[in-house]
Amino acid sequence: MKGLRKYRFLILRRLVQFTIMLLFFGANYLGWSLLKGDYSSATVLGSVKLSDPFAVLQTLATGFLVGTDILVSALIILFFYTLLSGRMFCSWVCPVNPVSDFVRWLRSKLTIKKKLVKLPGWVRYWVLGLSLILSLIFGVAAFEAISPIGFLHRAIIFGAGVGWPVVAVILFFDLGIVKNGWCGHLCPLGAFYSLIGNFGLLKVKHDVDKCTNCNKCFQVCPEKQVLSIVGVKSGLIISGECTNCARCIEVCDDSALKFSVRNMKKIKIFS
Amino acid sequence: MSVSRRNFLRYSAATAAATAIGINIPETVKAAASLAEANWKWDKAVCRFCGTGCGIMVATRNDKIVAVKGDPLAPVNRGLNCIKGYFNAKIMYGADRLKKPLLRVDENGNFSKTGKFKPVSWKRAFDEMEFQIRKTLKELGPTGLGIFSSGQYTIMEGYAMVKLMKAGFRSNNIDPNARHCMASAVAAFMQTFGIDEPAGNYDDIEITDTVVCWGANMAEMHPILWSRVTDNKITNPDRVQVVNLTTYTNRSSDLADLEIIFKPNTDLAIWNYLAHEIVFNHPEVIDWDFVKKYTAFTTGFVDIGYGMRTPEHKNFSEKEKETVKHEVSKELSAAEGKSLAYLGYKEGDTLEMKNRAKAKVHWEIPFEEFKKALAPYTLDFVAGISKGDDSESLKEYKSKLKRLAELYIEKGRKVVSFWTMGMNQHTRGTWVNEQSYMVHFLLGKHAQPGNGAFSLTGQPSACGTAREVGTFAHRLPADMVVNNPAHRKMSEEIWKLPAGTLNPKVGTHLMKMHRDIEDGKIKFAWINVCNPYQNTANANHWIKAARDLDNFIVCSDVYPGISAKVSDLILPSAMIFEKWGAFGNAERRTQHWKQQVTPVGESMPDIWQYVELSKRFKLRDVWGAQEIPGLEGGLPDVLPDIRELGYNPNDTLYDVLFANDYAKSFELPDGESKNELNTEAKGDKRKVNGADARPWEGYGFFIQKYLWEEYRKFGLGHGHDLAEFEAYHKVRGLRWPVVDGKETLWRFNSKYDPYAKKAGVGEFAFYGKALKSIARGSLTGPDASKGKADLKNKAKIFFRPYVDPPEMPNKEYPFWLCTGRVLEHWHSGTMTMRVPELYRAVPEALCYIHPEDAKSNGLKQGDLAWIESRRGKVKAHIETRGRNRPPKGLIYVPWFDEKVFINKLCLDATCPISKQTDFKKCAVKVFLAS
Amino acid sequence: MGNKGDKISRRGVLGKVTQGFAVLGFGGFLWGGALRDFSRADLVLRPPGALPEADFQKACIKCGQCVVACPYDSLVVAAPGDGVPNGTPHFIARDIPCYMCTDYPCIEECPSEALTVDMVTSDGKASINNAKMGLAVIHKESCIAYWGIQCDACYRACPLIGEAITLELEQNEQTKKHANIKPVVNSDACTGCGICEHVCVVEKAAIRVLPREIATGEVGAHYLKSWDESDENRIRSIKEKKESNGDIHSTLDYLNNLDGLIDE
Repeated sequence: MKGLRKYRFLILRRLVQFTIMLLFFGANYLGWSLLKGDYSSATVLGSVKLSDPFAVLQTLATGFLVGTDILVSALIILFFYTLLSGRMFCSWVCPVNPVSDFVRWLRSKLTIKKKLVKLPGWVRYWVLGLSLILSLIFGVAAFEAISPIGFLHRAIIFGAGVGWPVVAVILFFDLGIVKNGWCGHLCPLGAFYSLIGNFGLLKVKHDVDKCTNCNKCFQVCPEKQVLSIVGVKSGLIISGECTNCARCIEVCDDSALKFSVRNMKKIKIFS
Repeated sequence: MSVSRRNFLRYSAATAAATAIGINIPETVKAAASLAEANWKWDKAVCRFCGTGCGIMVATRNDKIVAVKGDPLAPVNRGLNCIKGYFNAKIMYGADRLKKPLLRVDENGNFSKTGKFKPVSWKRAFDEMEFQIRKTLKELGPTGLGIFSSGQYTIMEGYAMVKLMKAGFRSNNIDPNARHCMASAVAAFMQTFGIDEPAGNYDDIEITDTVVCWGANMAEMHPILWSRVTDNKITNPDRVQVVNLTTYTNRSSDLADLEIIFKPNTDLAIWNYLAHEIVFNHPEVIDWDFVKKYTAFTTGFVDIGYGMRTPEHKNFSEKEKETVKHEVSKELSAAEGKSLAYLGYKEGDTLEMKNRAKAKVHWEIPFEEFKKALAPYTLDFVAGISKGDDSESLKEYKSKLKRLAELYIEKGRKVVSFWTMGMNQHTRGTWVNEQSYMVHFLLGKHAQPGNGAFSLTGQPSACGTAREVGTFAHRLPADMVVNNPAHRKMSEEIWKLPAGTLNPKVGTHLMKMHRDIEDGKIKFAWINVCNPYQNTANANHWIKAARDLDNFIVCSDVYPGISAKVSDLILPSAMIFEKWGAFGNAERRTQHWKQQVTPVGESMPDIWQYVELSKRFKLRDVWGAQEIPGLEGGLPDVLPDIRELGYNPNDTLYDVLFANDYAKSFELPDGESKNELNTEAKGDKRKVNGADARPWEGYGFFIQKYLWEEYRKFGLGHGHDLAEFEAYHKVRGLRWPVVDGKETLWRFNSKYDPYAKKAGVGEFAFYGKALKSIARGSLTGPDASKGKADLKNKAKIFFRPYVDPPEMPNKEYPFWLCTGRVLEHWHSGTMTMRVPELYRAVPEALCYIHPEDAKSNGLKQGDLAWIESRRGKVKAHIETRGRNRPPKGLIYVPWFDEKVFINKLCLDATCPISKQTDFKKCAVKVFLAS
Repeated sequence: MGNKGDKISRRGVLGKVTQGFAVLGFGGFLWGGALRDFSRADLVLRPPGALPEADFQKACIKCGQCVVACPYDSLVVAAPGDGVPNGTPHFIARDIPCYMCTDYPCIEECPSEALTVDMVTSDGKASINNAKMGLAVIHKESCIAYWGIQCDACYRACPLIGEAITLELEQNEQTKKHANIKPVVNSDACTGCGICEHVCVVEKAAIRVLPREIATGEVGAHYLKSWDESDENRIRSIKEKKESNGDIHSTLDYLNNLDGLIDE
């Protein structure tokens, strides 16, 4: 039991990821109606529509005036992730997350330390900007057209092509070229949710008094830069780049990290 | 013209390269190339499918059929085909062709009714058949056997089976699927003309000014004939008029100048309206010369039931009894109150079906009586009961009926009435067929080029085999019947049988065959070239009987279908081009073909199967005294007389019926055909282990030619003359009677028909001999005191009234169900559903319904719906668009698709005279299947 | 020092920004090139109610809900390499055509209005019969009905039988007594559902549905049908072009040049 406690959030995340994928898959192949569509846009129980706000933003960027329905459906998701802290999508929902988690695990097992290429974390924001610019120029949602997330989930949900080349590309890229390269450096959807995450309410809270500076949290964190206050001062892990994956909470033997809800009044933009 | 090997390579390469990059190469080079590649052989044959009888050319290479083309010399189609014909080559080698005998066995390899099918040897198959036949003969006598025969037999196959059954086993229980198809036409031909089959021929299509289709969607069912109709129409668009009388809008409506949508069964009233219009409003157009000289007015009983069993049968459900009770008595509707007023009935009276046994009886009446009976059929009355489309105004409908009458009546306008299943599959099928002759006779528009009532046939050899050979329960070859002593005598002479061998008691017709199996009266049945368990109405009963009762059912087929599935033994048959054969089409054209390829697997020609069985029975097994239910004294013991004929009791049926001295006189090799394949006569390269477990080497004589030449004797000099075997291999078919080497174009017309000329009674002679001596009487019945009428060389003009069908829509079952075919598929689809292209084109039977009916029943386009009658239910997808557009209140479902087993729903009511089932009307409900 | 530090950091910032733009430009060109290829959809058949292709590609969010809704499995989600922008819905008529559901569930399910009832609405009435998914085109040489075979399988299968496909009748030249019954597509009525292509009985369909853009021509606005007044509608929306002021010099050059006019 003690061992499982160490992975309680990881198990829960995989369960959530798997269930969502299963529901989509079942809707297409078995006619289930709980969750129909895919990660771009979906209908819950045949009535509530939900859409990827970044995809809708790109659509707007193409110059296409979207309808109210889809705008509302995107706003629902936007609101939802604002409450939950944006990048919870990345670690709790996105189907690419298990792949990149797997690569990180593989790197640690193979003790690959060297990075072939060093990419600064801000590249993803440039990619985000670029995707909107290209959407405008080419009249198609630029990221959606090439999104490996889309390739992967459509391969699984609709059998549209095969998903493994995507998995392979991310695997090789992350393993050989840039550590945590896709999710941590390039993905504009992650960047989009990072920006939203800055306003998020659900955050990891650090208690420096309990911290023994064991650094275990740094070892598991995919976005180490967000842990800058660990061992330094108490407070919330405020960066939008934190995915709320809760691995740090699991591995902390000192109870120095836990989930906490942010005090609404204290939100400062770009703090 | 010869192309050397080197050249061939060069030319082929040139063609390939040129084709690849799209260059046009000179035609001469191309021709040389294709000739060199063609190490195949072309030979003439006939299309496997419908009764049109198109000629095709078949290409074989390495003992396989590789291609077909239309035969440019075939007069029917001149090189064209429809899409079924287009796929003749592709029906041959489906993945699941039956290639080995299959028997239901238990774990020990013994036959078991509940066992699973396992491959067995031919010997094992024949052993089991022999055992089962002996068992049945012992228990039930000859009538315990039954043969489901066919309008798709080759002529020689049908003849061999008739001979085996009627002369060998002395049983008349053989009846074809043509019973479902042409029986009403046959009964009407016999009653009206005393001889079967149409007077005219397809040339009528080009000669006529008016084509009227009555319940015949020719565009889909006889496409090649329809293209001839179309050509005539577009060549003379103003003069030629096309009328489509139908219960729903169909593909033939496209070309029609006049489309008349009538209510099911009211064709009876419409014909009488036409007669009424002639007799009452335009008496000047009656061709009195013709009528008086060549016809007589007649009528028959009305209270004849509907060919169903009476309600007390133990297997009827309560629901079924709601309909079946009408077999005994029926309350008359408003329409019937008027139409039967001439017999003193009125609306609400009960019509007791007292003359069910005398349905065929008819007698001569004076013209005045005939006229009196027609009186009610005014335009108002007929339009009122027959208008089939609610959305059409009565006024418009009336004007259409009037227009129809004008077309028939117009002096000098030639008219051909075509019909197929709409008029034949009808509880008054014989009547409505007779009504067509009534109108044509009154106008003197029959048996002349471009003028006549023309019954089209459905199957490729419904005429050639089922009718001409007589594979019916009551028939012998050449229109003879078993209950006529003179006919039996003649047959016994040709077949060299002792007098009294043939059974005088008419056997069971197809519908009764199923019923008798259900009642345990038939325990051995053999299915030949047909699919009776899919093609018979009220199928639940018959399938249950086949599977649940103690009986043995054998099915000879090329592909597995429902009939094979419910059988106990399956025999793999050779396909059409894997055997010698001949078909006869709807215009009396007989066409032969040669065996083109060796059969596949261990499949063997049907003739071989029948003849091999005959080896298993000795004369003393079957020619002793036999009890026949309903035949006083039974069948006599004829064994004492056989010595005179040179037989002895230990001779087998094979020795006497098939390998007699006459047969052996057709020696091999036989002239021109010495290089041809002939599996039956010579064996083939496969050396299949036969019925005796030894490799099959052939009979050693030209058995097909023998069967043909012997069969031919029946018709010679009797108006059924066929040419010699060899003649048909030189021409593209001949229309019988073939007298002095010349075919006959229009029968009964002295200008064209040597028999009519010989009769010497004038321009026409309806010389058929059957049913020509009848009683005289009035509308109410025959009157013995008036003596007999002799109608030699005359045809009959029948008065037949309008009556309702036995089952009509009501509140609970609000729709008429009409079944039929589609162009893409042949009958039960066993062949065409295996052609990928045809399957893709029409993979399933749809339920065609009016969009408003669909809507009001909670259905939309594409929904899966239950269709339910009092007898069964099936699921089908809803189609509110497309080729068939029913009016409100009627649905159309084709029957080719075994997954949409529509015959479970149909009512097994028949025309009481012809015993042909009405597949065109019963009452159903339709609701969403969820 | 401070000065120098400032310089370096300023230069550093400049460098970083330049580097950033370079990466952006590099990535942008690659990505843009890929987009141009990925968004090519020359031969794609879209579900009924789809916006014109360019708009459709903007609007479609690639959620696949129309695909899920399609009761016949006609619609498929494009996979990479299909030659159709990946993730977008389309159908391949020869495999499974659009069976033209009267309640068009695909349109109903679309969240993004890439499929919209407006596109199947005409004169205020929405009907699947107004769909314009493509246009059927017949290759006469391989159409056996044009040979004289009694086929017209496409005609009989057409949901708009007698409207979208009609029959043309003519005498068969070879036989002189049969009629060729030839299918003809009427582009006004054809919805491009592809059932005709699906059922065509020849090996490779002789009737094929192409996107309307490709299958249709367009007549210039400079000529109208005198026999059809409604043809004027065609040029109503045309804007007048500015009168072109041709270059007088080229005229003069032409007039003044007698080279080659007279043989020497």
